[in-house]
Amino acid sequence: MPTVDDVTNEQENPFTTGRSVRHILAGAALSVPVGIVLISLLVLWLAAVLSLLSAPTGGAMLVATYVTAAITLPAAVLWFALEFARTHRERFRRSFSIDIPTPRLTWKGAGRHLTYHLIALVVGVPAVFLVLVPSAARRYAKADLEVARRLLTPGPYERLTQRVASLAQSRADVIAATDAERRRIERDLHDGIQPRLMALAMNLGMAREALAEPSPARDAIVAAHEEAITTLIELRQFVRGLHPAVLDDRGLDAALSGIAARAPIPVELAVRVEPRCPPSVEAIAYFVVSEALTNIAKHASAGRADVAVLRQDGRLHITVSDDGCGGAAMTPGGGLTGLARRTASVDGTMTLTSPTGGPTILMVELPCA
Amino acid sequence: MRVILADDSVLIRPGIVKVLTDGGFEVVAAVEDAEQLLRAVEEHKPDCVVVDVRMPPTHTDEGIRAALTIRRLYPQTAVMVLSQYVEERYANDLISEGSGSIGYLLKDRIARVRDFLDAMRVVVSGGSAFDPEVVAQFRVRRNTDPQDRLSAREHDVAALMAEGRSNNAIAEALRISPSAVEKFLSNIFTKLDIPSTNGTNRRVQAVLKYLRR
Repeated sequence: MPTVDDVTNEQENPFTTGRSVRHILAGAALSVPVGIVLISLLVLWLAAVLSLLSAPTGGAMLVATYVTAAITLPAAVLWFALEFARTHRERFRRSFSIDIPTPRLTWKGAGRHLTYHLIALVVGVPAVFLVLVPSAARRYAKADLEVARRLLTPGPYERLTQRVASLAQSRADVIAATDAERRRIERDLHDGIQPRLMALAMNLGMAREALAEPSPARDAIVAAHEEAITTLIELRQFVRGLHPAVLDDRGLDAALSGIAARAPIPVELAVRVEPRCPPSVEAIAYFVVSEALTNIAKHASAGRADVAVLRQDGRLHITVSDDGCGGAAMTPGGGLTGLARRTASVDGTMTLTSPTGGPTILMVELPCA
Repeated sequence: MRVILADDSVLIRPGIVKVLTDGGFEVVAAVEDAEQLLRAVEEHKPDCVVVDVRMPPTHTDEGIRAALTIRRLYPQTAVMVLSQYVEERYANDLISEGSGSIGYLLKDRIARVRDFLDAMRVVVSGGSAFDPEVVAQFRVRRNTDPQDRLSAREHDVAALMAEGRSNNAIAEALRISPSAVEKFLSNIFTKLDIPSTNGTNRRVQAVLKYLRR
């Protein structure tokens, strides 16, 4: 009686006897001609090289032929080895629906391909006798797959390179998705809750104007009106912090005026960003300045702050400094740690100098090629 | 006074219409995008338009661009721009035309019904009414400007004037006497080179010059 596990295993396990047998026979049928051709090419090449080395007799034509052969035959061997490695990959795909990734063209890779063809010839062809013993055939097919996975696939360096590239891509995608999500939330609030709340505040405002005489009802309406207005202001500040629409529309310089103006201390702003950076970099730069100014307002007891944003040599340099008490540090879960994380997410760097007694200087560099 | 309103939000449009109507304005049309607004302005030739910044199709600065077109085509029409957020850059566009009758306020301000209607009247009568938030943004830019010659107190007075406040209101807000306000104003006019023989409203000229970079 098969258990559930067995059933799933059987569905997942592609190494059935029938497939294994077909795989082995196809492998042998492919390996014999490929092996013969490859060996002939190699022998021809050796012969050409040896003749050249042992000072060839005969005319200049013959020497020219040897030289041409010595040069072109390795290329032919390589082409042949790579081309028929594709056929082998196709064989694995058809037999077991397993994809064997193709490496880039390198000398090492070519050597490993040749090794596979050699094994396929020397071991794979005699292995046709294993089809008589189903369990051995299945085991051999699995072993063949292992060998192919070692020899026909990209090497560790190439695999890491590919992995790094795909991680960089997926990280960029995640950042872009986060930005898009912030924009969507901003848009939703702008179109939904904000106008609703505004309509409420307007109605309360009209009611307040209509009730001129002091009364408990008027007091209640006045209180509700003030409350609605305060909520509107808080919501507006929250929503603008999410993702200011003017950032997309007019860029960093325009968007930074808003946060500089809202800071409780005087802020000097110098922005030179031409041409504009990619949207994800603009968004991070905006949050760096926003968070830095929030931090200064909360902790620095500063009298003033300076913000400089400059695009130079494919990098965006952001400097936020204040004349406050210093002693700023990155604490787990703190605002500065969040900034460092967002900066790192685009391969940017962040340095913080904040001796006790000040001044505090935060420098962030973002690549924006 | 005849007004046209352009705002794409069905949640707010009726509210603004009601506020304006109760305040003695006649709303001759309420439309939902810039294209309809321009057509309605052509048809009704209103005294004033009230326009939202973010409208279809791109929801960015349609209202600003419509306002600038109206300024150019119908200079007699006052323009009140409303927005969920005010941006110095948009305000800069609005004053680039260099004439009065212009307002730029946060939408929240409508909830303070009386203040909003006062601002509307200032704008319709040729003055200007800029939101305190946007004036603060201009001040950030001014702080960085080495050419700036106004004292801190003169900045305060100029900022309140830009918000559309009367001399009395400025005096009240800064807790100074109306004659002190007069003195600050004349200093501002001198420092900003506003000629006293100028026929047009000196306050408007001063505000535009103060805000323009």
